[in-house]
Amino acid sequence: MNQYEFALGEARLVPDLSGALWWPDEATMIVADLHLEKGSSYAQRSAQFLPPYDTTATLDKLERAIRCLHPSRIIALGDSIHDPRAVERIDDGQAARVAAITETVEWIWVAGNHDPSPPVGWGGRVEQEITIGPLTFRHEAQIGALREISGHYHPKARVPARGSYVHGRCFAHDRKRAVLPAFGAYAGGLNVLDPAIATLFEPDFAVTVIGKQRLFRFAAAQLA
Amino acid sequence: MTTLPPNIEAWFAHRGWTPREHQLAMVQAAVDQTSALLIAPTGAGKTLAGFLPTLVELAERPRQGLHTLYISPLKALAVDIHRNLERPIAELRLPIRAETRTGDTPDVKKQRQRKSPPQILMTTPESLALLLAYPDAEDMFRPLRTIVIDELHALAGIKRGDLLSLGLARLASLAPAARRVGLSATVAQPNLLRGYLSKTGADATDVRLIRGRAGARPEISVLETRERMPWSGHMAVHAMPEVYERIKETNTTIVFVNTRAQAELCFQALWRVNEDNLPIGLHHGSLAIEQRRKIEGAMSRGELRAVVATSSLDLGIDWGSVDLVVQVGAPKGASRLMQRIGRANHRLDEPSRALLVPGNRFEHLECRAAIDAIDAGELDGDPVISGGLDVLAQHVLGTACAGPFDPDALYREVLGAAPYFGLARKDFDDVVDFVATGGYALGAYERFKRLKKREDGHWELADKSFARAYRLNVGTIVESTMLKVRINRGPVVGEVEEYFGSTLVQGDTFVFGGQLLRFVGIKDMVMDVVRGGQGEPKVPAYAGGRMPLTTLLADRVRGILHDPSKWPALPEAVREWLELQRWRSTTPSPDALLVETFPRGDREYMVAYCFEGRQAHQTLGMLISRRMERMGLGPLGFVATDYSLATWSLRSPTTAQLVELFDEDMLGDDLESWMDESSYLRRTFRNVAVIAGLIERQLPGQRKNTRQVTFSSDLIYEVLRKHEPDHVLLRATRHDAARGLTDIERVALLLKRARHKIEHRALDRVSPLAVPVLLEIGREAVHGEARDAMLEEAEADLVQEATALVAEPRAPKKSTRR
Repeated sequence: MNQYEFALGEARLVPDLSGALWWPDEATMIVADLHLEKGSSYAQRSAQFLPPYDTTATLDKLERAIRCLHPSRIIALGDSIHDPRAVERIDDGQAARVAAITETVEWIWVAGNHDPSPPVGWGGRVEQEITIGPLTFRHEAQIGALREISGHYHPKARVPARGSYVHGRCFAHDRKRAVLPAFGAYAGGLNVLDPAIATLFEPDFAVTVIGKQRLFRFAAAQLA
Repeated sequence: MTTLPPNIEAWFAHRGWTPREHQLAMVQAAVDQTSALLIAPTGAGKTLAGFLPTLVELAERPRQGLHTLYISPLKALAVDIHRNLERPIAELRLPIRAETRTGDTPDVKKQRQRKSPPQILMTTPESLALLLAYPDAEDMFRPLRTIVIDELHALAGIKRGDLLSLGLARLASLAPAARRVGLSATVAQPNLLRGYLSKTGADATDVRLIRGRAGARPEISVLETRERMPWSGHMAVHAMPEVYERIKETNTTIVFVNTRAQAELCFQALWRVNEDNLPIGLHHGSLAIEQRRKIEGAMSRGELRAVVATSSLDLGIDWGSVDLVVQVGAPKGASRLMQRIGRANHRLDEPSRALLVPGNRFEHLECRAAIDAIDAGELDGDPVISGGLDVLAQHVLGTACAGPFDPDALYREVLGAAPYFGLARKDFDDVVDFVATGGYALGAYERFKRLKKREDGHWELADKSFARAYRLNVGTIVESTMLKVRINRGPVVGEVEEYFGSTLVQGDTFVFGGQLLRFVGIKDMVMDVVRGGQGEPKVPAYAGGRMPLTTLLADRVRGILHDPSKWPALPEAVREWLELQRWRSTTPSPDALLVETFPRGDREYMVAYCFEGRQAHQTLGMLISRRMERMGLGPLGFVATDYSLATWSLRSPTTAQLVELFDEDMLGDDLESWMDESSYLRRTFRNVAVIAGLIERQLPGQRKNTRQVTFSSDLIYEVLRKHEPDHVLLRATRHDAARGLTDIERVALLLKRARHKIEHRALDRVSPLAVPVLLEIGREAVHGEARDAMLEEAEADLVQEATALVAEPRAPKKSTRR
């Protein structure tokens, strides 16, 4: 058993160092908030020229996770592209990489607020939300839902250490639900203790923080 | 001999003054049409010397149009100088309009100033940059004759100075006849400042050096406290009753501290013992501007007996009636101390008086070293560093806002700015390319470009709206995101860093502006608080508050440590401490590196006395830990002070291993991987990215979306480093890292010096000199270095364990002895 594994009902779930969540029993890999082409959206909107490599970086990471975990199904939990015009801006080569992935696995685009209608022509199928076995997958958590896996909030943990803090993207989870960290290279984060996230959970929820070489588990009470 | 016009001569006489030699020399420089640098101590009538030539010229040949541009690093200074200048203008009935222009100037007035400029305009480097970015800049500046730069020593060598130098280069094209005048405090290398003023950008021969007579030698003493001298900490709270006694004996005192947190604590401690209710004020950079003006006003009217201040009062208004300067905590540099002491100068011939109050034993040595340096006339030299490419990017965009530019001409112009002398054409072209489209190898943003190239090869702004963005983002000062602090939904009293705000929960109390406040909540970047509250209050800390020890002082501290003949001048507690050290181990010598190892609890400690400043030691700590890991020593942690570095591990290194640990090649091998983790480079990148216009500033009051649509500069840095390591902004970042802290360079020099000269003392227990650094364990913040290591510590609570191992000797209050 993996030391960072947690369970929602019957489903055993394993956080991956990449930021993906792995559901071994279904060979399913779940990623949230890819925000592809976030960089170029700023160039288009306000001539702020962020390095145009975020899509490459995100896809590199995605491909590495796929090579590691060998999923037969991938669920992208919405906000996969940063804005509807991302499809016009993306480099042909990068778009081809996405298409190549969606051809080899069962790919499900869950709709998000940035991409109410996920990209056409990149393969895969689109769902508003989807239930597989005991688990429901949607972009934004719903109050009262059970055994739910969602993204949207980009949770980030702040761990007190040496009179300072270490920040890291994190998975937040309790017995009822899990919220995934953003997978996209430029996606920022919201402190997991912010009421927007924390109120979704039981007071004693846990986080799994993504370090450089390994994961770390903390109780919400240990965070700041 | 230079003579003044009769009316001005009469004005001097009327005020009971005689023009000073250097003031006349400045008038002569104007007659000779040459640029000049005036170096004189505070109180020497420097500012008047700067303006005198202008008054003379305009008295003799009145005319309209901008004649003199006065540039100061501080808005407040511009305002204050304006007030002082109004007096001779009014009394002499000179036909001169003198006005200020800063960020606080109302828009209506700003517009009028452009249409009908005053003869004398007083402004800041940022406001000058904005003026130069208007299409009509050429008309406004064409008649300009003189540019006066005040407090030049505080501008040259930093990014604001880079920005100003580019503005000066622009002015040299718009108003070729204008000469430059620099006013500066005493500096170690005046020729660097002459070079800065020079229009050639290179040699300084076109700038005349004028020196004011030196003032009386300052009287500086170190407080020998009646209290127990602390082993560590910088707050010197123990000495506040004694500081209070001095305040009582003196008319007006400035109590300088090193950080804003320290200012709050000192202020509190002074008021606790203020039985006579003396008017004692507080001044630091996070207090609301009105608050600060109020204190400054009260101070200049002589209504305050003392003010506790940070570097926010290092420069600026000459109060003329400060009798004593108290420096609490280590001075950190001789030049900095001189500057601060100079604030207590009323009459040039009377000595300034200063009292240094060290917070701990090492700081006492540092105070002694600073006094010795000042007595010997030594000042800290500033390293010469070329101008930042990020600042150049901002300037290029500003230039395009004024109108289309010819890249060849602009390149030649930029070379005339001293910090950019010798700038490679490739760097210049890369900067222009960055401004136009981001400068990425892929050319991904061709279709969104900011600048477009016309057929004649000139660059022009692709859309007028970009000028607005430029105006909002101008300047080189990048602050952390701040929260305004508002009491009872009423007045805003100042700002705290956002991260501090986010550590508070409802009901928490903290000290700010000398008041005890209770946290209510945060909304839209405003923190609501009410007065009062209970419980142990927190003190807001601010990033970047701590400066490293200068090389000059570090050398001198080492000198004192190694030379027992200097010890009798030290107080008993410090002397005993050093004697004990000599008996138990040895004292560090100037040309070798002392390393002590000793066991304590079930840990092996190693303490290296490098004296290269905290930042450099942190870098070294990272690198050494990696090596210890590879040697199988099982490193568990490290901690750094300005003076030494301590590590603790499972096994102790042998002498042979120590030599290997401190081997010079560490910088080649491990530096790159250290860079990966270095939060210093990330912070530097953030500043570079904001200044260059890659990231827009978060403007005060701008609503922050809780969904965090903003991106983090860390993420951009990571991606850019990986995919385009030679991008112009990364080059600028690396260049800056060398400027801000000569961190890596200091480590390199240390390792070179220590080669084959490691003096290893294997002790059976902790040495007296090692106690202060061990006491820092668990207290010291390490900002995000070695994230995983810190997360591991947090997981295992290792810090707590290490702290428990070190008990403070003879300090029953703080003892953690078990």
